[in-house]
Amino acid sequence: MSIQDYPSRLSDPQSRKAETFSYLPKMTAEQIKAQVQYIIDKGWNPAIEHTEPENAFSYYWYMWKLPMFGETSADAVLEEVDACIKANPNNHVRLIGYDNYAQSQGANMLIKRGDM
Amino acid sequence: MAKTYNAGVKEYRETYWMPEYEPKDSDFLACFKVIPQDGVPREEIAAAVAAESSTGTWTTVWTDLLTDLDYYKGRAYKIEDVPGDDAAFYAFIAYPIDLFEEGSVVSVLTSLVGNVFGFKALRACRLEDIRFPLAYVMTCGGPPHGIQVERDKMDKYGRPMLGCTIKPKLGLSAKNYGRAVYECLRGGLDFTKDDENVTSQPFMRWRDRFLFCQDAIEKSQAETGERKGHYLNCTAGTPEEMYERAEFAKEIGTPIIMHDYLTGGFTANTGLANYCRKNGLLLHIHRAMHGVIDRNPHHGIHFRVLTKALRLSGGDHLHSGTVVGKLEGDREATLGWIDLMRDSFIAEDRSRGIMFDQDFGAMPGVLPVASGGIHVWHMPALVSIFGDDSVLQFGGGTLGHPWGNAAGAAANRVALEACVQARNEGKEVEKEGKEILTNAAKHSPELKIAMETWKEIKFEFDTVDKLDVKHK
Repeated sequence: MSIQDYPSRLSDPQSRKAETFSYLPKMTAEQIKAQVQYIIDKGWNPAIEHTEPENAFSYYWYMWKLPMFGETSADAVLEEVDACIKANPNNHVRLIGYDNYAQSQGANMLIKRGDM
Repeated sequence: MAKTYNAGVKEYRETYWMPEYEPKDSDFLACFKVIPQDGVPREEIAAAVAAESSTGTWTTVWTDLLTDLDYYKGRAYKIEDVPGDDAAFYAFIAYPIDLFEEGSVVSVLTSLVGNVFGFKALRACRLEDIRFPLAYVMTCGGPPHGIQVERDKMDKYGRPMLGCTIKPKLGLSAKNYGRAVYECLRGGLDFTKDDENVTSQPFMRWRDRFLFCQDAIEKSQAETGERKGHYLNCTAGTPEEMYERAEFAKEIGTPIIMHDYLTGGFTANTGLANYCRKNGLLLHIHRAMHGVIDRNPHHGIHFRVLTKALRLSGGDHLHSGTVVGKLEGDREATLGWIDLMRDSFIAEDRSRGIMFDQDFGAMPGVLPVASGGIHVWHMPALVSIFGDDSVLQFGGGTLGHPWGNAAGAAANRVALEACVQARNEGKEVEKEGKEILTNAAKHSPELKIAMETWKEIKFEFDTVDKLDVKHK
Protein backbone atom coordinates (compact mmCIF):
# COMPACT_ATOMS: atom_id res chain seq x y z
CA MET A 1 0.00 0.00 0.00
CA SER A 2 1.41 3.40 -0.91
CA ILE A 3 2.03 6.01 1.76
CA GLN A 4 -1.12 7.82 2.87
CA ASP A 5 -1.63 11.26 4.38
CA TYR A 6 -3.10 11.60 7.85
CA PRO A 7 -6.10 13.80 7.08
CA SER A 8 -6.56 15.78 10.29
CA ARG A 9 -6.99 19.56 9.94
CA LEU A 10 -7.50 22.51 12.23
CA SER A 11 -9.94 23.84 9.63
CA ASP A 12 -12.06 20.69 9.65
CA PRO A 13 -14.46 20.28 12.60
CA GLN A 14 -14.68 16.56 11.76
CA SER A 15 -11.05 16.25 12.90
CA ARG A 16 -12.11 17.03 16.47
CA LYS A 17 -12.21 13.93 18.67
CA ALA A 18 -13.92 13.52 22.02
CA GLU A 19 -11.95 11.00 24.06
CA THR A 20 -12.83 7.34 24.64
CA PHE A 21 -14.38 5.61 21.61
CA SER A 22 -14.20 8.71 19.42
CA TYR A 23 -11.73 6.83 17.18
CA LEU A 24 -14.21 4.03 16.54
CA PRO A 25 -17.03 4.00 13.99
CA LYS A 26 -20.55 4.98 15.04
CA MET A 27 -21.92 2.46 17.51
CA THR A 28 -25.01 0.41 16.79
CA ALA A 29 -27.88 0.38 19.30
CA GLU A 30 -26.79 -3.09 20.36
CA GLN A 31 -23.22 -1.94 20.97
CA ILE A 32 -24.38 1.00 23.05
CA LYS A 33 -26.52 -1.32 25.12
CA ALA A 34 -23.53 -3.57 25.82
CA GLN A 35 -21.61 -0.56 27.17
CA VAL A 36 -24.54 0.47 29.36
CA GLN A 37 -24.69 -3.07 30.70
CA TYR A 38 -20.95 -2.94 31.45
CA ILE A 39 -21.46 0.17 33.60
CA ILE A 40 -24.38 -1.43 35.44
CA ASP A 41 -22.47 -4.68 35.99
CA LYS A 42 -19.59 -2.72 37.49
CA GLY A 43 -21.97 -1.25 40.03
CA TRP A 44 -21.39 2.28 38.74
CA ASN A 45 -24.04 4.97 38.43
CA PRO A 46 -24.97 5.70 34.79
CA ALA A 47 -25.19 9.31 33.63
CA ILE A 48 -25.65 11.09 30.31
CA GLU A 49 -24.03 14.33 29.18
CA HIS A 50 -24.16 16.30 25.95
CA THR A 51 -22.64 19.40 24.37
CA GLU A 52 -22.38 21.39 21.18
CA PRO A 53 -19.42 19.90 19.28
CA GLU A 54 -17.61 23.24 19.26
CA ASN A 55 -17.62 23.27 23.08
CA ALA A 56 -16.55 19.66 23.56
CA PHE A 57 -13.11 20.61 24.96
CA SER A 58 -14.68 21.95 28.18
CA TYR A 59 -14.42 19.74 31.24
CA TYR A 60 -18.11 20.21 31.90
CA TRP A 61 -20.76 19.21 29.38
CA TYR A 62 -24.49 19.68 30.02
CA MET A 63 -26.02 17.02 32.25
CA TRP A 64 -29.04 15.25 30.79
CA LYS A 65 -31.05 15.26 34.02
CA LEU A 66 -29.31 13.87 37.13
CA PRO A 67 -27.17 10.71 37.12
CA MET A 68 -29.36 7.60 37.30
CA PHE A 69 -28.33 6.49 40.77
CA GLY A 70 -28.90 2.81 41.38
CA GLU A 71 -30.43 2.20 37.93
CA THR A 72 -29.99 -1.45 36.96
CA SER A 73 -32.06 -1.59 33.78
CA ALA A 74 -30.05 -1.04 30.60
CA ASP A 75 -33.27 -0.32 28.73
CA ALA A 76 -34.21 2.47 31.13
CA VAL A 77 -30.80 4.08 30.52
CA LEU A 78 -31.14 3.66 26.76
CA GLU A 79 -34.53 5.40 26.84
CA GLU A 80 -32.85 8.41 28.40
CA VAL A 81 -30.02 8.23 25.82
CA ASP A 82 -32.62 8.32 23.05
CA ALA A 83 -34.51 11.16 24.68
CA CYS A 84 -31.29 13.16 25.03
CA ILE A 85 -30.33 12.58 21.38
CA LYS A 86 -33.82 13.48 20.20
CA ALA A 87 -33.81 16.71 22.16
CA ASN A 88 -30.25 17.59 21.08
CA PRO A 89 -29.69 16.15 17.59
CA ASN A 90 -26.68 18.36 16.88
CA ASN A 91 -24.90 17.55 20.13
CA HIS A 92 -22.23 15.06 21.09
CA VAL A 93 -23.60 12.62 23.65
CA ARG A 94 -21.50 10.71 26.14
CA LEU A 95 -22.25 7.97 28.61
CA ILE A 96 -20.65 8.07 32.04
CA GLY A 97 -20.31 5.52 34.81
CA TYR A 98 -19.70 7.25 38.13
CA ASP A 99 -17.54 5.14 40.43
CA ASN A 100 -18.23 6.65 43.83
CA TYR A 101 -15.63 4.50 45.59
CA ALA A 102 -12.80 5.70 43.36
CA GLN A 103 -14.39 9.18 43.36
CA SER A 104 -13.88 9.11 39.63
CA GLN A 105 -15.59 8.15 36.42
CA GLY A 106 -15.00 4.46 35.72
CA ALA A 107 -16.33 5.01 32.24
CA ASN A 108 -16.82 8.05 30.06
CA MET A 109 -17.42 7.30 26.41
CA LEU A 110 -18.67 9.07 23.34
CA ILE A 111 -21.71 7.18 22.08
CA LYS A 112 -23.03 9.65 19.52
CA ARG A 113 -21.33 12.39 17.52
CA GLY A 114 -23.37 15.50 16.91
CA ASP A 115 -24.79 15.75 13.38
CA MET A 116 -22.66 18.29 11.52
CA MET B 1 19.70 -3.40 87.18
CA ALA B 2 22.23 -1.44 85.16
CA LYS B 3 24.46 -3.39 82.77
CA THR B 4 28.22 -3.52 83.05
CA TYR B 5 30.62 -2.75 80.22
CA ASN B 6 32.53 -5.69 78.73
CA ALA B 7 34.75 -4.75 75.82
CA GLY B 8 35.14 -7.23 72.96
CA VAL B 9 33.25 -8.96 70.17
CA LYS B 10 29.87 -10.55 70.94
CA GLU B 11 28.02 -13.04 68.79
CA TYR B 12 25.27 -11.16 66.99
CA ARG B 13 22.64 -13.75 67.77
CA GLU B 14 22.90 -13.12 71.49
CA THR B 15 21.45 -9.67 70.96
CA TYR B 16 19.66 -9.57 67.60
CA TRP B 17 18.10 -13.03 67.06
CA MET B 18 14.63 -12.90 68.69
CA PRO B 19 12.42 -15.68 67.32
CA GLU B 20 9.89 -14.97 70.09
CA TYR B 21 9.43 -11.33 69.03
CA GLU B 22 5.98 -10.34 67.74
CA PRO B 23 6.26 -7.43 65.32
CA LYS B 24 4.20 -4.34 66.15
CA ASP B 25 1.94 -2.49 63.70
CA SER B 26 4.29 0.47 63.93
CA ASP B 27 7.43 -1.58 63.11
CA PHE B 28 9.19 -1.55 59.79
CA LEU B 29 9.50 -5.13 58.53
CA ALA B 30 12.08 -6.22 56.00
CA CYS B 31 12.67 -9.47 54.19
CA PHE B 32 16.20 -10.16 52.99
CA LYS B 33 17.17 -13.09 50.81
CA VAL B 34 20.60 -14.11 52.06
CA ILE B 35 23.33 -16.49 50.95
CA PRO B 36 25.78 -16.91 53.85
CA GLN B 37 29.45 -17.78 53.64
CA ASP B 38 30.02 -21.49 54.19
CA GLY B 39 29.73 -22.68 57.76
CA VAL B 40 28.00 -19.64 59.26
CA PRO B 41 24.69 -20.59 60.92
CA ARG B 42 21.49 -18.97 59.59
CA GLU B 43 20.53 -17.44 62.94
CA GLU B 44 23.90 -15.75 63.24
CA ILE B 45 23.63 -14.35 59.73
CA ALA B 46 20.04 -13.12 60.22
CA ALA B 47 21.09 -11.48 63.48
CA ALA B 48 24.09 -9.91 61.75
CA VAL B 49 21.85 -8.45 59.07
CA ALA B 50 19.56 -7.03 61.77
CA ALA B 51 22.54 -5.59 63.62
CA GLU B 52 24.35 -4.09 60.64
CA SER B 53 21.16 -2.52 59.31
CA SER B 54 20.29 -0.98 62.67
CA THR B 55 22.25 -0.26 65.85
CA GLY B 56 25.12 -2.70 65.71
CA THR B 57 28.78 -2.42 64.97
CA TRP B 58 31.41 -5.17 65.05
CA THR B 59 32.50 -4.61 68.66
CA THR B 60 30.88 -3.44 71.85
CA VAL B 61 31.45 0.26 72.67
CA TRP B 62 30.96 1.93 76.05
CA THR B 63 28.49 4.48 74.65
CA ASP B 64 26.10 1.57 73.91
CA LEU B 65 25.27 1.76 77.60
CA LEU B 66 24.13 5.38 77.42
CA THR B 67 20.99 4.42 75.50
CA ASP B 68 18.29 1.77 75.45
CA LEU B 69 19.80 -0.39 72.73
CA ASP B 70 17.29 -3.14 73.40
CA TYR B 71 14.60 -0.79 72.20
CA TYR B 72 16.40 0.68 69.18
CA LYS B 73 17.88 -2.52 67.79
CA GLY B 74 16.61 -4.36 64.71
CA ARG B 75 15.22 -7.79 65.55
CA ALA B 76 15.68 -10.87 63.39
CA TYR B 77 12.41 -12.64 64.18
CA LYS B 78 11.97 -15.29 61.50
CA ILE B 79 13.91 -17.44 59.05
CA GLU B 80 12.37 -19.25 56.09
CA ASP B 81 13.62 -21.50 53.31
CA VAL B 82 13.58 -19.98 49.85
CA PRO B 83 11.42 -22.21 47.61
CA GLY B 84 13.55 -23.79 44.92
CA ASP B 85 16.85 -22.39 46.23
CA ASP B 86 18.87 -24.39 48.76
CA ALA B 87 21.72 -21.93 49.01
CA ALA B 88 19.63 -18.97 50.18
CA PHE B 89 17.17 -18.29 52.99
CA TYR B 90 14.83 -15.44 53.92
CA ALA B 91 15.68 -13.42 57.01
CA PHE B 92 12.82 -11.33 58.43
CA ILE B 93 13.82 -8.30 60.48
CA ALA B 94 11.67 -5.85 62.45
CA TYR B 95 12.81 -2.29 63.17
CA PRO B 96 11.21 0.21 65.57
CA ILE B 97 9.76 3.21 63.73
CA ASP B 98 12.01 5.68 65.61
CA LEU B 99 15.04 4.50 63.64
CA PHE B 100 13.94 6.45 60.60
CA GLU B 101 13.43 10.14 59.94
CA GLU B 102 9.85 11.05 59.07
CA GLY B 103 9.11 11.52 55.37
CA SER B 104 12.54 10.32 54.26
CA VAL B 105 12.88 7.19 52.17
CA VAL B 106 16.53 8.22 52.02
CA SER B 107 16.82 7.58 55.74
CA VAL B 108 15.13 4.18 55.44
CA LEU B 109 17.27 2.97 52.54
CA THR B 110 20.50 4.27 54.05
CA SER B 111 19.95 1.88 56.96
CA LEU B 112 18.33 -1.07 55.25
CA VAL B 113 20.56 -1.28 52.20
CA GLY B 114 23.61 0.42 53.66
CA ASN B 115 26.74 -1.20 55.06
CA VAL B 116 24.99 -4.53 55.49
CA PHE B 117 25.28 -5.20 51.76
CA GLY B 118 29.05 -5.18 51.91
CA PHE B 119 29.21 -7.34 55.01
CA LYS B 120 31.81 -10.10 54.62
CA ALA B 121 29.82 -12.90 56.28
CA LEU B 122 27.26 -12.64 53.48
CA ARG B 123 28.09 -14.00 50.08
CA ALA B 124 25.03 -12.28 48.64
CA CYS B 125 22.03 -10.38 49.94
CA ARG B 126 18.85 -9.05 48.39
CA LEU B 127 16.21 -6.85 49.98
CA GLU B 128 13.01 -8.55 48.81
CA ASP B 129 10.38 -6.38 50.48
CA ILE B 130 9.79 -3.73 53.13
CA ARG B 131 6.55 -3.27 55.07
CA PHE B 132 6.29 0.46 55.72
CA PRO B 133 4.02 1.02 58.74
CA LEU B 134 1.00 3.20 57.97
CA ALA B 135 2.14 5.66 60.65
CA TYR B 136 5.27 6.26 58.58
CA VAL B 137 3.46 6.30 55.22
CA MET B 138 1.43 9.23 56.55
CA THR B 139 4.61 11.28 57.03
CA CYS B 140 5.49 11.01 53.32
CA GLY B 141 4.19 13.33 50.61
CA GLY B 142 3.55 10.62 48.05
CA PRO B 143 2.40 11.21 44.48
CA PRO B 144 1.90 14.91 43.68
CA HIS B 145 -1.59 14.23 42.31
CA GLY B 146 -2.32 10.53 41.91
CA ILE B 147 -4.37 8.58 39.43
CA GLN B 148 -7.80 10.04 40.11
CA VAL B 149 -6.68 13.68 39.92
CA GLU B 150 -4.63 13.01 36.79
CA ARG B 151 -7.68 11.52 35.09
CA ASP B 152 -9.72 14.58 36.03
CA LYS B 153 -7.05 17.03 34.88
CA MET B 154 -6.45 15.21 31.59
CA ASP B 155 -10.19 14.45 31.21
CA LYS B 156 -9.55 10.81 30.22
CA TYR B 157 -11.56 7.94 31.66
CA GLY B 158 -12.42 4.31 31.13
CA ARG B 159 -9.32 3.31 29.21
CA PRO B 160 -5.53 3.16 29.56
CA MET B 161 -3.73 6.28 28.36
CA LEU B 162 -1.39 6.13 25.39
CA GLY B 163 2.15 7.44 25.17
CA CYS B 164 5.28 7.30 23.06
CA THR B 165 8.95 7.98 23.67
CA ILE B 166 10.37 10.24 20.96
CA LYS B 167 13.21 8.71 18.91
CA PRO B 168 15.99 8.87 17.91
CA LYS B 169 16.75 9.46 21.54
CA LEU B 170 19.78 11.60 20.86
CA GLY B 171 20.73 14.04 18.15
CA LEU B 172 17.52 15.74 17.01
CA SER B 173 17.29 19.52 16.98
CA ALA B 174 14.59 21.00 19.22
CA LYS B 175 12.38 21.95 16.30
CA ASN B 176 12.57 18.58 14.58
CA TYR B 177 11.95 16.92 17.93
CA GLY B 178 8.84 19.05 18.44
CA ARG B 179 7.63 17.96 15.01
CA ALA B 180 7.81 14.31 16.09
CA VAL B 181 5.84 15.20 19.23
CA TYR B 182 3.18 17.08 17.27
CA GLU B 183 2.68 14.24 14.80
CA CYS B 184 2.21 11.67 17.60
CA LEU B 185 -0.25 13.82 19.52
CA ARG B 186 -2.38 14.83 16.52
CA GLY B 187 -2.66 11.15 15.60
CA GLY B 188 -4.37 10.28 18.89
CA LEU B 189 -1.80 9.71 21.64
CA ASP B 190 -2.38 11.32 25.02
CA PHE B 191 1.27 11.78 25.91
CA THR B 192 4.71 11.79 24.41
CA LYS B 193 7.88 11.41 26.44
CA ASP B 194 11.41 12.72 26.47
CA ASP B 195 13.79 9.84 26.23
CA GLU B 196 15.59 9.61 29.58
CA ASN B 197 18.90 10.32 27.85
CA VAL B 198 17.61 13.69 26.71
CA THR B 199 18.42 16.38 29.27
CA SER B 200 20.14 19.46 27.83
CA GLN B 201 22.81 18.42 25.39
CA PRO B 202 24.60 20.73 22.95
CA PHE B 203 22.43 19.58 20.03
CA MET B 204 19.18 20.42 21.87
CA ARG B 205 19.16 22.67 24.92
CA TRP B 206 16.30 22.13 27.32
CA ARG B 207 14.66 25.56 26.96
CA ASP B 208 14.40 25.22 23.18
CA ARG B 209 12.94 21.73 23.53
CA PHE B 210 10.39 22.84 26.13
CA LEU B 211 9.11 25.66 23.93
CA PHE B 212 8.79 23.62 20.73
CA CYS B 213 7.13 20.73 22.57
CA GLN B 214 4.66 23.10 24.20
CA ASP B 215 3.76 24.48 20.76
CA ALA B 216 3.20 20.89 19.59
CA ILE B 217 0.92 20.24 22.56
CA GLU B 218 -1.14 23.37 21.97
CA LYS B 219 -1.62 22.84 18.27
CA SER B 220 -2.51 19.16 18.63
CA GLN B 221 -5.02 20.04 21.34
CA ALA B 222 -6.70 22.59 19.09
CA GLU B 223 -6.71 20.11 16.23
CA THR B 224 -8.03 17.06 18.07
CA GLY B 225 -10.09 18.72 20.79
CA GLU B 226 -8.42 16.48 23.38
CA ARG B 227 -6.00 17.23 26.22
CA LYS B 228 -2.35 16.36 25.53
CA GLY B 229 0.97 16.33 27.36
CA HIS B 230 4.66 15.76 26.81
CA TYR B 231 6.84 14.61 29.71
CA LEU B 232 9.47 17.35 29.77
CA ASN B 233 12.54 15.84 31.41
CA CYS B 234 13.77 18.03 34.26
CA THR B 235 16.44 15.58 35.43
CA ALA B 236 19.61 17.63 35.75
CA GLY B 237 23.10 17.61 37.20
CA THR B 238 22.17 19.79 40.17
CA PRO B 239 18.94 20.42 42.11
CA GLU B 240 19.14 24.13 41.24
CA GLU B 241 19.16 23.34 37.52
CA MET B 242 16.35 20.80 37.97
CA TYR B 243 14.12 23.37 39.69
CA GLU B 244 14.90 26.01 37.07
CA ARG B 245 13.62 23.65 34.36
CA ALA B 246 10.54 22.73 36.39
CA GLU B 247 9.74 26.37 36.96
CA PHE B 248 10.01 27.17 33.28
CA ALA B 249 7.74 24.21 32.48
CA LYS B 250 5.19 25.64 34.88
CA GLU B 251 5.48 29.11 33.35
CA ILE B 252 4.73 27.90 29.83
CA GLY B 253 1.67 26.04 31.12
CA THR B 254 2.70 22.49 30.31
CA PRO B 255 0.77 19.77 32.20
CA ILE B 256 3.47 17.21 33.03
CA ILE B 257 7.21 16.98 33.65
CA MET B 258 9.58 14.08 34.18
CA HIS B 259 12.34 12.86 36.48
CA ASP B 260 14.68 9.88 36.68
CA TYR B 261 14.43 8.90 40.33
CA LEU B 262 17.32 6.48 40.71
CA THR B 263 20.04 8.31 38.80
CA GLY B 264 18.70 11.67 40.04
CA GLY B 265 18.38 10.35 43.56
CA PHE B 266 15.60 10.18 46.12
CA THR B 267 16.36 13.56 47.68
CA ALA B 268 15.99 15.30 44.33
CA ASN B 269 12.92 13.24 43.50
CA THR B 270 11.10 14.02 46.73
CA GLY B 271 11.87 17.71 46.33
CA LEU B 272 10.62 17.75 42.75
CA ALA B 273 7.46 15.87 43.76
CA ASN B 274 6.79 18.53 46.38
CA TYR B 275 7.34 21.23 43.76
CA CYS B 276 4.90 19.50 41.41
CA ARG B 277 2.24 19.21 44.10
CA LYS B 278 2.62 22.88 44.95
CA ASN B 279 2.49 24.01 41.35
CA GLY B 280 -0.06 21.70 39.73
CA LEU B 281 2.35 19.76 37.51
CA LEU B 282 1.97 16.02 36.96
CA LEU B 283 5.20 14.06 37.45
CA HIS B 284 6.31 11.16 35.26
CA ILE B 285 9.03 8.96 36.76
CA HIS B 286 11.55 7.00 34.74
CA ARG B 287 13.70 4.31 36.36
CA ALA B 288 17.10 4.26 34.63
CA MET B 289 19.61 2.16 36.65
CA HIS B 290 16.93 -0.11 38.12
CA GLY B 291 18.25 -3.09 36.15
CA VAL B 292 21.60 -2.71 37.92
CA ILE B 293 19.90 -2.80 41.29
CA ASP B 294 17.04 -5.24 40.86
CA ARG B 295 17.82 -7.80 38.17
CA ASN B 296 20.19 -10.17 39.98
CA PRO B 297 17.96 -12.61 41.90
CA HIS B 298 20.53 -12.98 44.69
CA HIS B 299 21.93 -9.52 45.28
CA GLY B 300 20.49 -6.02 45.30
CA ILE B 301 17.02 -4.60 45.88
CA HIS B 302 13.86 -6.05 44.41
CA PHE B 303 11.87 -3.67 42.19
CA ARG B 304 8.84 -3.98 44.48
CA VAL B 305 10.90 -2.16 47.14
CA LEU B 306 11.94 0.51 44.64
CA THR B 307 8.25 0.83 43.70
CA LYS B 308 7.15 1.39 47.28
CA ALA B 309 9.99 3.85 47.82
CA LEU B 310 8.94 5.85 44.76
CA ARG B 311 5.29 5.92 45.79
CA LEU B 312 6.37 7.39 49.14
CA SER B 313 8.89 9.80 47.61
CA GLY B 314 6.41 10.97 45.00
CA GLY B 315 5.55 10.45 41.34
CA ASP B 316 2.34 10.20 39.32
CA HIS B 317 3.68 7.71 36.74
CA LEU B 318 6.28 4.96 37.14
CA HIS B 319 7.67 2.56 34.56
CA SER B 320 6.65 -0.98 35.45
CA GLY B 321 7.82 -3.16 32.58
CA THR B 322 5.45 -4.56 29.99
CA VAL B 323 5.62 -8.33 30.54
CA VAL B 324 5.22 -8.74 26.77
CA GLY B 325 7.87 -6.44 25.24
CA LYS B 326 11.64 -6.37 24.84
CA LEU B 327 12.56 -5.80 28.50
CA GLU B 328 12.73 -8.17 31.45
CA GLY B 329 9.57 -8.86 33.45
CA ASP B 330 7.87 -11.86 34.96
CA ARG B 331 4.07 -11.60 34.69
CA GLU B 332 3.10 -12.49 38.27
CA ALA B 333 5.86 -10.39 39.81
CA THR B 334 4.88 -7.45 37.58
CA LEU B 335 1.25 -7.76 38.64
CA GLY B 336 2.51 -7.64 42.22
CA TRP B 337 4.30 -4.33 41.90
CA ILE B 338 1.53 -2.85 39.76
CA ASP B 339 -0.78 -3.46 42.74
CA LEU B 340 1.79 -1.77 44.97
CA MET B 341 1.63 1.30 42.74
CA ARG B 342 -2.13 1.62 42.53
CA ASP B 343 -3.94 0.06 45.48
CA SER B 344 -4.64 1.38 48.94
CA PHE B 345 -4.09 -1.97 50.66
CA ILE B 346 -2.04 -4.81 49.24
CA ALA B 347 -2.22 -8.15 51.05
CA GLU B 348 0.73 -10.54 51.42
CA ASP B 349 0.77 -12.75 48.33
CA ARG B 350 3.76 -15.04 47.88
CA SER B 351 2.53 -16.08 44.41
CA ARG B 352 3.31 -12.49 43.37
CA GLY B 353 6.38 -12.14 45.56
CA ILE B 354 4.65 -9.84 48.04
CA MET B 355 6.04 -10.74 51.47
CA PHE B 356 3.98 -8.42 53.69
CA ASP B 357 0.60 -6.74 53.93
CA GLN B 358 1.11 -3.09 52.95
CA ASP B 359 -1.32 -0.34 53.89
CA PHE B 360 -0.93 2.96 52.01
CA GLY B 361 -3.96 4.51 53.71
CA ALA B 362 -5.18 7.56 51.79
CA MET B 363 -1.95 7.99 49.81
CA PRO B 364 -2.79 8.46 46.10
CA GLY B 365 -1.81 5.80 43.59
CA VAL B 366 0.82 5.85 40.85
CA LEU B 367 -0.02 5.00 37.22
CA PRO B 368 2.11 2.11 35.97
CA VAL B 369 3.73 2.82 32.61
CA ALA B 370 4.28 -0.08 30.21
CA SER B 371 6.98 0.91 27.78
CA GLY B 372 9.54 -0.87 25.64
CA GLY B 373 9.29 -2.97 22.50
CA ILE B 374 5.51 -3.08 22.27
CA HIS B 375 3.27 -2.63 19.21
CA VAL B 376 -0.39 -3.00 18.19
CA TRP B 377 -0.33 -6.79 18.33
CA HIS B 378 0.47 -6.56 22.04
CA MET B 379 -2.54 -4.34 22.72
CA PRO B 380 -5.02 -7.09 23.73
CA ALA B 381 -2.55 -8.56 26.23
CA LEU B 382 -1.63 -5.13 27.60
CA VAL B 383 -5.27 -4.15 28.16
CA SER B 384 -5.84 -7.45 29.97
CA ILE B 385 -2.74 -7.25 32.12
CA PHE B 386 -2.76 -3.56 33.03
CA GLY B 387 -6.44 -2.61 33.00
CA ASP B 388 -7.55 1.00 32.66
CA ASP B 389 -5.26 2.65 35.19
CA SER B 390 -2.05 2.57 33.18
CA VAL B 391 -0.11 4.31 30.44
CA LEU B 392 0.81 2.15 27.46
CA GLN B 393 3.80 3.55 25.61
CA PHE B 394 4.61 2.56 22.07
CA GLY B 395 7.90 4.09 20.92
CA GLY B 396 9.03 2.22 17.83
CA GLY B 397 5.46 0.93 17.66
CA THR B 398 4.29 4.47 16.84
CA LEU B 399 7.26 6.13 15.15
CA GLY B 400 8.09 3.07 13.05
CA HIS B 401 4.76 3.11 11.22
CA PRO B 402 5.35 3.17 7.45
CA TRP B 403 3.17 6.29 7.08
CA GLY B 404 4.72 8.20 9.97
CA ASN B 405 3.99 9.11 13.57
CA ALA B 406 0.42 10.39 13.19
CA ALA B 407 -0.71 7.24 11.42
CA GLY B 408 1.17 5.12 13.96
CA ALA B 409 -0.54 6.96 16.79
CA ALA B 410 -3.97 6.56 15.19
CA ALA B 411 -3.35 2.83 14.72
CA ASN B 412 -2.55 2.45 18.41
CA ARG B 413 -5.54 4.52 19.49
CA VAL B 414 -7.96 2.54 17.31
CA ALA B 415 -6.49 -0.75 18.55
CA LEU B 416 -6.76 0.39 22.16
CA GLU B 417 -10.35 1.56 21.88
CA ALA B 418 -11.37 -1.61 20.04
CA CYS B 419 -9.88 -3.75 22.83
CA VAL B 420 -11.57 -1.69 25.55
CA GLN B 421 -14.91 -1.84 23.75
CA ALA B 422 -14.60 -5.61 23.37
CA ARG B 423 -13.58 -6.05 26.99
CA ASN B 424 -16.60 -4.03 28.13
CA GLU B 425 -18.79 -6.24 25.96
CA GLY B 426 -17.55 -9.20 27.99
CA LYS B 427 -15.18 -10.66 25.40
CA GLU B 428 -11.96 -12.41 26.40
CA VAL B 429 -9.67 -9.84 24.87
CA GLU B 430 -6.41 -11.76 25.08
CA LYS B 431 -7.91 -14.87 23.50
CA GLU B 432 -9.91 -13.08 20.83
CA GLY B 433 -7.27 -10.40 20.20
CA LYS B 434 -6.59 -11.24 16.58
CA GLU B 435 -10.26 -11.09 15.63
CA ILE B 436 -10.82 -7.84 17.55
CA LEU B 437 -7.89 -6.11 15.87
CA THR B 438 -8.72 -7.49 12.43
CA ASN B 439 -12.28 -6.17 12.71
CA ALA B 440 -11.07 -2.77 13.92
CA ALA B 441 -8.62 -2.58 11.00
CA LYS B 442 -11.53 -2.74 8.55
CA HIS B 443 -12.32 0.90 9.20
CA SER B 444 -8.74 2.02 9.96
CA PRO B 445 -6.18 1.79 7.16
CA GLU B 446 -3.59 3.03 9.68
CA LEU B 447 -4.18 0.01 11.92
CA LYS B 448 -4.26 -2.39 8.99
CA ILE B 449 -0.81 -1.39 7.79
CA ALA B 450 0.55 -1.39 11.36
CA MET B 451 -0.63 -4.97 11.79
CA GLU B 452 1.11 -5.97 8.58
CA THR B 453 4.34 -4.22 9.60
CA TRP B 454 4.81 -5.74 13.06
CA LYS B 455 3.29 -9.16 12.69
CA GLU B 456 6.47 -11.17 13.15
CA ILE B 457 8.29 -9.34 15.96
CA LYS B 458 8.51 -11.32 19.18
CA PHE B 459 10.74 -11.23 22.24
CA GLU B 460 10.83 -14.75 23.56
CA PHE B 461 13.73 -14.91 25.97
CA ASP B 462 13.59 -16.48 29.38
CA THR B 463 13.22 -14.13 32.35
CA VAL B 464 16.44 -13.88 34.39
CA ASP B 465 14.85 -12.69 37.63
CA LYS B 466 12.09 -15.19 38.32
CA LEU B 467 9.96 -15.40 41.44
CA ASP B 468 11.22 -17.84 44.05
CA VAL B 469 9.10 -20.92 43.43
CA LYS B 470 9.66 -24.61 43.85
CA HIS B 471 11.04 -26.14 40.66
CA LYS B 472 12.09 -29.58 41.73
